[in-house]
Amino acid sequence: MRDIILIGINHKTAPVELRECMAFSKDESSTALDVLRRISTIHEALLYSTCNRVELLMVTDDRNHAIGAAKKFISDFNKIPITEFESSLYVHENDEAVRHLFRVAASLDSMVVGEPQILGQIKEAYRGAAQAKSAGVILNRLMHRAFFVAKRVRTETGIGDRAVSISYAAVELARKIFGSLEGKRVLLIGAGEMAELAVEHLIRNQVSETLVANRTFENGLELSRRFNGKAIRFEEIAEHLRTVDIIISSTGAPGFVITRDIVKPVIRARRSRPIFFIDIAVPRDIDPEINRLDNSYVYDIDDLKGIIEENIEDRQKEAVKGERIIDEAVIRFREWHEALDVVPTIVALRGKLEAMAEAEIKRTVQGQGMSAEDSQALQRMMGSFINKVLHDPTMYLKRDGMLGDKSLHIDTIRKLFKLDE
Amino acid sequence: MEAAIIISILLYLLSAAGYLAYFLLQRGYLQRAGFIALIGGFVFHTASLGLDYFQQGHIPATNMRETLSLAGWAVAGVFILLNYRYNLKILGVYAAPFVALIMVIVSQLPDQPAQTTRLFKSFWLVAHVTVIFVGEAAFALACGVGILYLLQENSIKTKKRRFFFKRLPSLDLLDSTGYACIVVGFTLLTIGLITGLVYAKSVWGRFWSWDPKEVWSGIAWLFYAALLHERLAVGWRGRRSAIMAIVGFGVLLFTFLGVNLFMEGHHREFTK
Repeated sequence: MRDIILIGINHKTAPVELRECMAFSKDESSTALDVLRRISTIHEALLYSTCNRVELLMVTDDRNHAIGAAKKFISDFNKIPITEFESSLYVHENDEAVRHLFRVAASLDSMVVGEPQILGQIKEAYRGAAQAKSAGVILNRLMHRAFFVAKRVRTETGIGDRAVSISYAAVELARKIFGSLEGKRVLLIGAGEMAELAVEHLIRNQVSETLVANRTFENGLELSRRFNGKAIRFEEIAEHLRTVDIIISSTGAPGFVITRDIVKPVIRARRSRPIFFIDIAVPRDIDPEINRLDNSYVYDIDDLKGIIEENIEDRQKEAVKGERIIDEAVIRFREWHEALDVVPTIVALRGKLEAMAEAEIKRTVQGQGMSAEDSQALQRMMGSFINKVLHDPTMYLKRDGMLGDKSLHIDTIRKLFKLDE
Repeated sequence: MEAAIIISILLYLLSAAGYLAYFLLQRGYLQRAGFIALIGGFVFHTASLGLDYFQQGHIPATNMRETLSLAGWAVAGVFILLNYRYNLKILGVYAAPFVALIMVIVSQLPDQPAQTTRLFKSFWLVAHVTVIFVGEAAFALACGVGILYLLQENSIKTKKRRFFFKRLPSLDLLDSTGYACIVVGFTLLTIGLITGLVYAKSVWGRFWSWDPKEVWSGIAWLFYAALLHERLAVGWRGRRSAIMAIVGFGVLLFTFLGVNLFMEGHHREFTK
């Protein structure tokens, strides 16, 4: 049985300076895989590099040699001495390597637990390995299991449910107020990265129209084009409050842009349809007293940050459930991996043929009404027939000179005879 | 007490437990189990009421025990329909324990059939009682939705979101469901009052006799009429609407229980 080895560094073991030095770009990754493939003890390899981690997954017959070779390769490729990164490096073997990969893919090992990008990055890495032909039977199976497990963790736990960024938190809140955001109108006051991000999320949630108000009308006009919306003059804000539902404010104004006195008459004019103010500005733009008016809600930047902190705690709780799913998957993979060897395969093959013979003999004996002697003769005949049939495949599997990737041959035989079912 | 009603009470209790567990633990299967138990309870309950109807030959609403049982049945039925229409699963947290509570009270009340008189054998009476009860069930649910609305609104306004925020649906869904309940309840209450008037005319020869129950029903009707009017005319919604739904149900509850227990009148002989 070949060993699965994972070596790497991540945000927990290495500072960003070191991770930067060791990161591989997409082109570098494929060059790296080419080099690794030429190392005789490494049969399969896969490499992924994100801003929080660099990890190398290998399948090998000689793990000490492979680990040494891999370290040397990283050192040579990035031109840093081994001593500089060795203390930050972790090496996992077999079950631990499989578990680590599953945890990474399911985003349990991420800096922000549950963030969805990592799975895409690993899929990308797998595509790279497939193109470089450095992934074989074991890594193919392992990666597909990893994708499956990651999906299961995501759907069966609440790990990715709650918003952990300001703009998502704002959308989450809006949905608790309005239900569906379809057809709602948004007003953006001012500009700024966070505010614009929030508007983009709202647009993705099908709000109908976006208005943009800026002190400099031209700036507003430019921004509104980006959102496919409409620019209004700063002085017109009060009047538009009657028709918009969500207001995102992010101006540099020293005082309140919207006060309670402006909003109070608007509520009646709106026939009490709810109105939601998101105040991302510091100092604040929206008078917090507005939150006391009926059917109007105000959240400022600190409130949103509070939500995010709560949500991160929730995710961590959900992650515990994810670990359970992963434990199960690791065991299932180990069973498959251990069976992928010569002896278990021969045993399974024989078992399958014997079971078939047994069933057929039983049918024949019953159908023909044979005597005990005849049935014994039949059994002996079947036994030697099975031995003859298995002789050549057994020799083939045991022969030391079996060419190329041994796992591949075993895998083919197992599939041919459906031994894994 | 017959077997069907005992089974239905047990199922209602099971359903209440399922919904409460769902509310705390947030597992979908608990909610489904609660809903299935509720439907089961409702089926047995319906069977039991049907049996009573055929055995007694008139609608089983002759004493407190029977009217309460009918009220519980109506709440369960309206909730089941509402759940299909609005998919407001969480309302079961209010509806299932509410029904279970009513039925537990029912099981503790004495079962002494009242003197059946010719009064009970009339189409108008069956229509009057059934329609009124289904309407009242809709108001009961409107009250429940109103409570959920206030809880959710409070958690959003105060920004202390831990418990209810996650578990309760959006304000918009709660508000529109509550409104739908009140529209349905009001329509049925109106029809129920009219059939009651017709029935009164046929039995006593006059439409209205200032019986306390009649008066209080009239007050409740006016109250809900005002609520609907405000909503349509000035757009009363959200918090105020929710509070009104809760207060309105309080008036209704008084009409149902308070009048039965404390006041005299010609409804009294039905509800001893």
